Amino acid sequence: MIWNEHYECMEREKLLKLQGIRLKEMVKRVYDTVPYYRKKLQDKGIEPDDIKGMDDLKTLPFTTKQDLRDNYPFGLFAVPQPDIVRFHASSGTTGKPTVVGYTHNDIQMWSEVVARSLTMAGVTKADIIQVAYGYGLFTGGLGLHYGAEKVGASVVPISGGNTKKQLQLIEDFGSTVLACTPSYAAFIGESLVEEKIDPNKIKLKAGVFGAEPWTQEMRMQIEQVLGIKAYDIYGLTEIIGPGVSMECQFQHGMHIFEDHFIPEIINPDTCEVLPYGELGELVFTPATKEAMPLIRYRTRDLTRIHAEKCECGRTLVRMEKCVGRSDDMLIIRGVNVFPSQVESVLLEMSETKPHYLIVVDRENNLDIMEIQVEIEEEFFSDEVKELEGLRQRIKANIASTLGISTSIRLVEPGTIERSMGKAKRVIDKRNLH
Amino acid sequence: MIIKQLSVFLENKTGRLTELTGILADNDINISAFSIADTADYGILRMIVGRPELAAEVLKKNGFTVKITDVVGMIIPHRPGGLHKALQIISDNNVAIDYMYAFASGDCKATVVIRAESLDKIIDVLQGHKMELLKKGDVYQV
Ligand SMILES: [Zn+2]
Repeated sequence: MIWNEHYECMEREKLLKLQGIRLKEMVKRVYDTVPYYRKKLQDKGIEPDDIKGMDDLKTLPFTTKQDLRDNYPFGLFAVPQPDIVRFHASSGTTGKPTVVGYTHNDIQMWSEVVARSLTMAGVTKADIIQVAYGYGLFTGGLGLHYGAEKVGASVVPISGGNTKKQLQLIEDFGSTVLACTPSYAAFIGESLVEEKIDPNKIKLKAGVFGAEPWTQEMRMQIEQVLGIKAYDIYGLTEIIGPGVSMECQFQHGMHIFEDHFIPEIINPDTCEVLPYGELGELVFTPATKEAMPLIRYRTRDLTRIHAEKCECGRTLVRMEKCVGRSDDMLIIRGVNVFPSQVESVLLEMSETKPHYLIVVDRENNLDIMEIQVEIEEEFFSDEVKELEGLRQRIKANIASTLGISTSIRLVEPGTIERSMGKAKRVIDKRNLH
Repeated sequence: MIIKQLSVFLENKTGRLTELTGILADNDINISAFSIADTADYGILRMIVGRPELAAEVLKKNGFTVKITDVVGMIIPHRPGGLHKALQIISDNNVAIDYMYAFASGDCKATVVIRAESLDKIIDVLQGHKMELLKKGDVYQV
């Protein structure tokens, strides 16, 4: 099923034209209404009339997270405050949150792209969807909620947390779709096993998981324990929230809803635009957004885009699962390390759980990285040589994946904090000294 | 002749062992013997307790990682040369031992708890040499 065939299967040439028209209109709009952008464009010597179509996109200036911080809270809004019907915000790890606003039309557009996304996961009005993303300033809960209502599904707005209740409603209501972060899905799966609930007795068939990076191994594990097909949804608050892109049933990457969010891949160092298929930083221009249109927003996410037509019939380009967000990337003794790499090593080993905590510190000017790993109860041996053997195996596997040596600390199962939302995987003590 | 030993994975955190002994005390479980094999980060606690199944259950319920392991208890005279004689028998018969620990009781005897790959073999060897072995009734509470 395709929610909006007109846009999702549009001929590339026609789509490019449409994007061009929307881009041109948007540049004129921000020039007229956002002083910060007017100055930015003028500094580059660009007048709105210079933008004639998509070929001119590459001439436009970039927008970064820092621009958002500098204009906190409403400086980049392109409409007066009375036209705003909703705010969302993402918590920054440092300093102020990133604030976004939505007009009535923005909420309509967002519901539309989430409806398209849910349809890709096979969701119809016949489904009961349990939205276990947090409701509130975080975009996950309400984003999925409005999209699911647009599809006409029955929404269970349970929000994140209260895992016992989650299980109870999955059983009693017969929820068919679960939407939450992948780490919370894994935790719900773990609790299902603990509570000895027969997976054949629940009706879940699909999961829509996003808002944090997750690996293929984690997908397989969640699918197996919950008996579902797990779909990856991508989005970020600055652009709209969840629903910027989504996997279809063929799962060859996530289709970007390009009629609203114009994607580019750039070399993060030189800012030069890279062709399809090359790895680089993902950049979006949400051209139809009214409240807060951004020009060439740098996501810090590293990925590739593929443009070949998908088996599902959609012509929209597909982005690969992000290699990592450059914000999550740790630089340990000069080597780039992503927490997701650690996770995939642990998931490949049956003796450990995918719950881990990375602690980075600096001793004598040398970065040290400790990974706390929960041992799997059934593999607990009461012989030191067995446990030390396990520790060495983890250490060796991590070293071969990351290319650096780490210290592994085995911890008791259940002691690493479980997350009801985005999992906290890293404690970097280097900044504290 | 096989005795059930409780093995617990313990992180080296202040109060963790006290928490465990408190739970056993609350459940009226007697500890006859224990030893800790420790590394820098964690320890493995091995215990002979009055009611091993119950102990395992209550500890698991309290979030401990617990395993029941089969061991043999060998009773030796509490005097010079007692342990040596017993170990000589074991080594003469090429029985590989994973670990052991001992406790002495008031009655001039000591008990050595032994974990080995092949417990049947060690039982055969020791009984063949008329060594006394610990019986379930000696340690288990009823
Ligand atoms: Zn597709």
